Amino acid sequence: MESLEQIRDRLLARFPGASITLVTNPGPAAEHSLLLSAEHARKIAMFLRDDAALQLDYCSNATGIDWPDKEVVETKKVAVPDPAGGPDKVVEEKTTRLEPGYLESVYHLYSMALRHGPVVIRMRTVNRSNRVTLPSLTPVWRSCDFQEREIYDLYGIVFDGHPDLRRLLMWDEFKDHPMRKDYVEPDDFEWEPTPHGAVLDRAKTHYPAPEVKP
Amino acid sequence: MIGTGSAPSPFGQLSGPTVRKVKDPFHGDLLEVSMGPQHPSTHGVFRMDVTLDGEVIVKLKPVFGYLHRNHEKIAENTSYLGSMPYTDRLDYLSSMSTNWAYALAVEKLAGLTVPDRAQYLRIILAELTRLVNHVCLVGFLFNDLGTSFTPLLYAFREREKIIDLFEALSGSRMMCNYQRFGGCRVDPTPEWLAAASRLVDNFPSFLDEYESMLTGNEIMLARTQGVGRLDPKHAINAGITGPVLRASGVNYDLRKVDGYGFYPRFDFRIPLGDHGDTYDRYMMRILEMRESVKILQQAFRELPAGPIMDPKAKLRGFRPKPGEAYGRLESPKGELGFYLLSDGSPNPYRYRVRPPSLINLTLLEEMCLGHTVADAVVILGSIDIVLGEVDR
Repeated sequence: MESLEQIRDRLLARFPGASITLVTNPGPAAEHSLLLSAEHARKIAMFLRDDAALQLDYCSNATGIDWPDKEVVETKKVAVPDPAGGPDKVVEEKTTRLEPGYLESVYHLYSMALRHGPVVIRMRTVNRSNRVTLPSLTPVWRSCDFQEREIYDLYGIVFDGHPDLRRLLMWDEFKDHPMRKDYVEPDDFEWEPTPHGAVLDRAKTHYPAPEVKP
Repeated sequence: MIGTGSAPSPFGQLSGPTVRKVKDPFHGDLLEVSMGPQHPSTHGVFRMDVTLDGEVIVKLKPVFGYLHRNHEKIAENTSYLGSMPYTDRLDYLSSMSTNWAYALAVEKLAGLTVPDRAQYLRIILAELTRLVNHVCLVGFLFNDLGTSFTPLLYAFREREKIIDLFEALSGSRMMCNYQRFGGCRVDPTPEWLAAASRLVDNFPSFLDEYESMLTGNEIMLARTQGVGRLDPKHAINAGITGPVLRASGVNYDLRKVDGYGFYPRFDFRIPLGDHGDTYDRYMMRILEMRESVKILQQAFRELPAGPIMDPKAKLRGFRPKPGEAYGRLESPKGELGFYLLSDGSPNPYRYRVRPPSLINLTLLEEMCLGHTVADAVVILGSIDIVLGEVDR
């Protein structure tokens, strides 16, 4: 199989407007990955699947990663003039900067026809809000179906173009996304509103009296 | 409110019985049936929302999550070694291969090597696990077909012998917790190896006995041939792996493709089906067991002496360098993968299990459409799922 740099160069030539960056993996596994921009990702994935030299017909693993907001401390050396008229003093000035976090989805692609791989592709969201979207790759590889539902369930990435995006493991009424790093679990998972008092008044707005049909 | 008569409904007066219109005079209304989560045919707490036209399935939606305990979150909050016993609970029928898959991913992440003897031991235990898993699957499949418990008890008789060996080696029948990063936990005694080798030598005669009862059975043939067809193109796209994929004729076995461990040194064949129906999936298991026996006999012959742990591997204070790795192997159910991301701390930053049981269910609806409810039970049985792994 051609190297990841060659694949990236070929993709850049094929999709001139797309942003494709090589993300290096410093570990001993050295499985580097391609970071795709969201707007071209589906087309690129389609190309990776159908290209004769690659034929990445099998998406083995799709998963999410949460990268929370990070405080970065930067130290800068600043020259402060001495009021007594001596030479300037060099003082270290610390500034904290908030690096916004993001959610990431990672796909491991293999070729069953040519028996090579993996090619790792990843996409990043703009922020960590609750309605943050990425294109779904389920139309390209059906194996992403349940896995993207799981990422939506546990990380809260909304996959655009997924045919059936529902929670997979948590129940439908569940509100939060448990795999996020800042998730706090509720005091009582089993608590349910029962129809009495204030809850009943609220429930009545959801359940109007059934219509009588002839 | 005792003595005041019936209390009024909190949601107002409900209407009386209504007359439904029949739209099509030749077909009745569709019936929605919820199979599971406590039904014995679902092999655990799994539910299928089935829509039926008469007895024929027109829609099927699998519902997951009844056994969900967020295994991945728990593993991210403990050390690397700390989640090794917990991986036993994923696929609790084949804990030895699940252990190995996790160890494989960590070894890839940390760049550890495994001594020769440990590589052979891993193959021996993984193939014994494959025998356990496949023999149980065949037993449960016949349970689903309606032969209540007799084939299953034959299967459990053999399984019991193998998990006795696991207990003698690791201290536990099913939750073995045997593999370590860079090797194995205990070295088997010569007696253990002799007993295991004897068991493996006797296994083909058990398979012959088992097959003479089951394979040619007329009811079995009628109930499984042509049922639940899966065509290879869709199977590849849907990420189906393991015996289910190979029953459709796709030659993709990670023992040959990746050649992890010492599998390239072994002489074995990959059985392939050509119809992709339930019968082929049954035969795949029988043929794979026969190949596993060949691998095991070769491993017992060639097992070298030597250490079973990499001297560089540390049990305490294990911190891999920052990086990520995806390790996968051919578990009895399909491709089992672990994706690990390290930030240099003692806990994994991201720990992900790629469960073959879950992803093999992707095409369950397509396989069941047009068949009856009774066939859906058999099709599900032939896919081979374990809910500990599906829901994680």
